[in-house]
Amino acid sequence: MELFDHLALGFGVAFTPAHLMYALVGCLLGTLIGVLPGIGPLATISMLLPATYALPPVAALIMLAGIYYGAQYGGSTTAILVNLPGEASSVVTVLDGHQMARQGRAGAALAAAGIGSFLAGCVGTLVLATFAQPLAEVAFLFGPAEYCALMVLGLVGAVVLASGDLLKAFGMVLLGLLLGLVGTDVNSGIARYTFDVPELTDGIGFIVVAMGVFGYGEIISNLSHDSPRRDVLKSKVHGLWPTRQDWRRMLPAIARGTGLGSVLGILPGGGAVMASFASYTLEKKIHRHSDEPSLGQGNIRGVAAPEAANNAASQTSFIPLLTLGIPPNAVMALMVGAMTLHNIQPGPQVMSSNPELFWGLVASMWIGNAMLLVLNLPLIGIWIKLLTLPYRWLFPAIVLFCAIGVYSTNNNTWDIWMVGLFGVVGYLFIRLGMEPAPLLLGFILGPMMEENLRRALLLSRGDWSVFATRPLSAALLLAALALLALVLLPAIRKTRELAFVED
Amino acid sequence: MRNAKDFYAGLLFCAAGGAFAWGAFDYDIGRSARMGPGYFPLLLGLMLAALGTLMMWRAQGQKPQEGQRLPALAWRPLLAISAANVLFGLTLVGVPRWHLPPLGLMPGIVLLTLVASLAGSPVRWRESLALALLLAVLSYVVFVWLLRLQLPVWPSWGR
Repeated sequence: MELFDHLALGFGVAFTPAHLMYALVGCLLGTLIGVLPGIGPLATISMLLPATYALPPVAALIMLAGIYYGAQYGGSTTAILVNLPGEASSVVTVLDGHQMARQGRAGAALAAAGIGSFLAGCVGTLVLATFAQPLAEVAFLFGPAEYCALMVLGLVGAVVLASGDLLKAFGMVLLGLLLGLVGTDVNSGIARYTFDVPELTDGIGFIVVAMGVFGYGEIISNLSHDSPRRDVLKSKVHGLWPTRQDWRRMLPAIARGTGLGSVLGILPGGGAVMASFASYTLEKKIHRHSDEPSLGQGNIRGVAAPEAANNAASQTSFIPLLTLGIPPNAVMALMVGAMTLHNIQPGPQVMSSNPELFWGLVASMWIGNAMLLVLNLPLIGIWIKLLTLPYRWLFPAIVLFCAIGVYSTNNNTWDIWMVGLFGVVGYLFIRLGMEPAPLLLGFILGPMMEENLRRALLLSRGDWSVFATRPLSAALLLAALALLALVLLPAIRKTRELAFVED
Repeated sequence: MRNAKDFYAGLLFCAAGGAFAWGAFDYDIGRSARMGPGYFPLLLGLMLAALGTLMMWRAQGQKPQEGQRLPALAWRPLLAISAANVLFGLTLVGVPRWHLPPLGLMPGIVLLTLVASLAGSPVRWRESLALALLLAVLSYVVFVWLLRLQLPVWPSWGR
């Protein structure tokens, strides 16, 4: 079996003491920062990215995967204990998770989230390993027109899944694409929109945008509320291990969530959010035993299933990234940026030219998942302590670590000040109710999209109909249209508004 | 203003899109078969400006809604965080033009923490100072010892 050869190769790479160390450190740091209230996974990852600069590529990627999973797990811990969803995909976890925590079953809820994520992660890794190869071959059928169409689909997906107004989300994508064009145009060598500032000729750093908008902007916005709406669980968490009845209920739910998540994650356009919402809706439809609390009242299925779906989807969303080189959501866009910093251009060629790296990463994802389970169940006491830290101690530390981190990227103070500038911009976005995640995705995709559009039109001699006449491209664009039509349908629009009503 | 949030968001898009489209004329636009460096930004800028206009127009026609009123600008955190950021950069590497020598990371951390603390109210000076010292020690261990970042750490006079 080729699959097992590949996985064996991957585990051979990942299971060295040094690499296990990096995975462990990544998970620890990711959870440590991710659990802090008011810091979402995007801010966490961008803050921790500079810590990987000095490492060789494989080690850096392994540590990044650890940070990624740690940040996500930390986010759901905060969601359950503080009733504060740090990101869109943990919005549904909050519903039942926090109810369980209030009923004194925080331990079981956290364990359900952890176990659900782990089991889903195992399946997700297998799916990734199975489908990566055939999909990478599909990637070679992709011409520039198809890449362009795929990016349009991804961006439409991001718009559709953004909370709030569709028009605003569209605007943010466009603005992100435009900001991504700042710097030297690869084709003509002309520096665009740099205002003769030498630091801008390389473009605006993605880390600058991410830290500014998601770090500084969030801080300013958080501080503008007078009373922090924090409702930290005061009681001690005990009874971590789920009861037998819990197991009986959550295992099938985890299986359903995993299946749903694995499929939805492959779709470009941010499958993780869609997966957790869909799986929660599915659990609501499934027959409920008479002695079971209803969903929304602290049902363990309502925690386990969306967390499993979320994690399976985040695992399989690596498939479009690694095979086509296209990030399906903002978090993955950050990962692309990180990989390019280490001189790895994600895409179909990584798998053939650099198999240790590819399969090592796949294996280390599984290790990261396992490590989280091992780490977090015993360490949960520490994470809860962190949650009670007052925000007035946290925010100066975040401001500082972002500044040091971004300075270490290029040893350039200009970058520090750019973070400050984007912080102000990010605060404006939040104040005007504009969700910044689609902006980041657009920002990463900007140059890629321009390049592919240029090539597609060059090949067709300027004829735009090439996007409609090439079957693959036409299918992708039709899918984007269908997605758009779907959210504009009145019935679905209503549920979408309901789902995001808390924001 | 009927729906202030949407209106100003539209205005922002309109201004940004217009600026990018305007700037695109400084570069060669080309045509679709041979796109110049100005082609794609012009296209996107016009789309963004059109979208912004649409949003502004839509916001005018709407009835005033709860939660759509613009919250007051949070000047205090905005200024404190920005100032802390700017000062940190200045302290770290100094300003040759003003004969300010690089003071390095340690003074920078203390300054940043104290200024950033002004963002919250009430300001607790003693607590902030303790936090500043803690962060300085922590940063020294993590960034200077463990990660060996190339940063000026202490003040360097006379250079």
